[in-house]
Amino acid sequence: MTESTLVAGQVFNGISVASILLLAALGLALSFGLMRVINMAHGEMLMMGGYISYLATSLFGKEPGFFVGLLAAFIGTALFGALLEVTLIRRLYGRPLDTLLATWGVSLILQQAARSIFGPIGVEVTAPSWLAGSLAVGGTALTGFAIPAVRVFIIVLAALVLGGVAYVLTRTPIGLYVRAVHQNRAMAEALGTNTRLVDLAVFSLGTGIAGLAGAALALIAPVTPTVGQSYIVYAFLVVIVGGLGSLTGTLFAALLVGLFSALAQIFTSVSTSDVLLLVAVIAFIQFRPRGIVARSSRALEAEV
Amino acid sequence: MRGAILFALVVLAGACAPFYLPPYELSLLGRFVALAILAMGVSFVWGTGGILTLGQGVFFGLGGYAIAMHLKLAGADAGSLPDFMQWSGLTTLPWWWAPFHNGAFAVVAALALPGLAAALLAFLVFRRRISGPYFAIITQALVLATTTLIISQQPYTGGFNGLTNFTDAFGFPLSDPNTQLALYWISLAVLVLAFLAMRLVKASQFGKLLLAIRDGENRVRFLGYDPLPFKVAAFAIAGALAGIAGALVTLDLGVISPAMFGVVPSIEMVIWVAVGGRDALIGAVVGTLLVNFGKDWISSAFPDLWLYAVGALFVVVVTVMPQGIVGALRGRHLRWPRPAAAQPVAVEGP
Repeated sequence: MTESTLVAGQVFNGISVASILLLAALGLALSFGLMRVINMAHGEMLMMGGYISYLATSLFGKEPGFFVGLLAAFIGTALFGALLEVTLIRRLYGRPLDTLLATWGVSLILQQAARSIFGPIGVEVTAPSWLAGSLAVGGTALTGFAIPAVRVFIIVLAALVLGGVAYVLTRTPIGLYVRAVHQNRAMAEALGTNTRLVDLAVFSLGTGIAGLAGAALALIAPVTPTVGQSYIVYAFLVVIVGGLGSLTGTLFAALLVGLFSALAQIFTSVSTSDVLLLVAVIAFIQFRPRGIVARSSRALEAEV
Repeated sequence: MRGAILFALVVLAGACAPFYLPPYELSLLGRFVALAILAMGVSFVWGTGGILTLGQGVFFGLGGYAIAMHLKLAGADAGSLPDFMQWSGLTTLPWWWAPFHNGAFAVVAALALPGLAAALLAFLVFRRRISGPYFAIITQALVLATTTLIISQQPYTGGFNGLTNFTDAFGFPLSDPNTQLALYWISLAVLVLAFLAMRLVKASQFGKLLLAIRDGENRVRFLGYDPLPFKVAAFAIAGALAGIAGALVTLDLGVISPAMFGVVPSIEMVIWVAVGGRDALIGAVVGTLLVNFGKDWISSAFPDLWLYAVGALFVVVVTVMPQGIVGALRGRHLRWPRPAAAQPVAVEGP
């Protein structure tokens, strides 16, 4: 393998990681931007999506089960998110740090529940045959590198989801309400917007996307009770770097974080690249404390 | 006056514990007393300063490793390396291990290293007025990065197993019951001293300003104060307290390893304080003892139940009794919160 193909391979890996981070961080960024709610159980939505996909493929077989799994993961986790919002999060608005702790409790319960039901060892989801292959790039296996089809699928899925969310937010009446609440909650409320409903919808959309991400992730790694934990911290870093509730910011932040880790791994070990990533994020917020896309506001203590 | 008498009685009961508690419970109590020192730091920055930290484990670990490095060096034969370095094939001592030959240096380092590290982190983050959930997430990322780093640097840090197999500490054999007893009294004395010192700090102008920063950082700015040094100092104090706790627990257990202060243990440190009551220092002590004895009891009787229990504890304490046991005893804030008003309380900018 030559140097350029090594770099190219890592760039692809970085984009692949970025696409997963994007899916995981979208929901976080949306609900954090809109409601100032930190959902520490967001990682467990990934895990839940993975297990739903596993159940679907074992019930309906490899090919139909895969699509049933994606759909069921989205709907199932979205419903769970709605339940969580109504029973817990809604009661803690305006207390972001307390929301963080309460949802951490939920995440511990969900992890232990998964351990009790599925066991501590991961379960595997086999990809449909048309996703099993890989594309060789840059000549033979020795000189080039292989791109697994599953990873391409996840990148496409992330792009589709991002496009879909962007479309809903900018082109539909629902999106209009969301943007109104995002810009000025009090004024939107005064003009008759049901902000409760908007919060609920956005939160459950966010958890649904995380579930979808989990179902996709199940194709490349076994689903374990703690699978969410391994992604959630990076997803939070993406949100911090991206800026509050901005899709563009989240996209670029996911790419930055994914590419940074992947390229750092050319020179150093995985664990050192984790440390470097954190240092880079802290260095980054020295220059742009409000993230890549900062909403300018004249309010002193801006609500959003 | 009544408070002072009660305080003296509690301290006396604690000091006499070796004469009436069974050995196992006493060894637990000794460790939990040390952990309560850390919890007071969490209570100070979180309850008084409004800074939630999910990363106290890092400072706990720094304190623990500082002492453990000295014990490893003291335990090795003259001129040879600590055992785990030999197993990893190291032939010379890393330069940053060398000063830990000196016991006094190690003790000072157990206090100063975590304090300085905490101050640096707080300075870098708060300087740009980043606080609240952002800061909490960054501290959690710090724990993750630190533990990953320690585990990956096996030859220098002992890796996943950490540092263990100490023979004696500062000339006293660690396996001797008398050493353990002395350690218990030292932990208790440090806790009592730290408690009294933190009370003074909270009552001082610094403490009052910290409380004011929690409730309205911008208003404090308008009054002409820069909140940054106060927040940095508060976080450094909490870091140093965590370091002391780490050093004492390391001596007590005879081991320090990344598993003792990872992401999950670090966030559990917050629940101790939440259960006891974040507003009061005594709440941190009570919460630490209750939750840890509860953990020991539940996880030995029903091993699978502990995570459910601690998860439910987080949810219930935060929603039903945000002021913890101390707050509930004072007869406030015991209710299932209704959905908050549509207009959330103004939150400080990121």
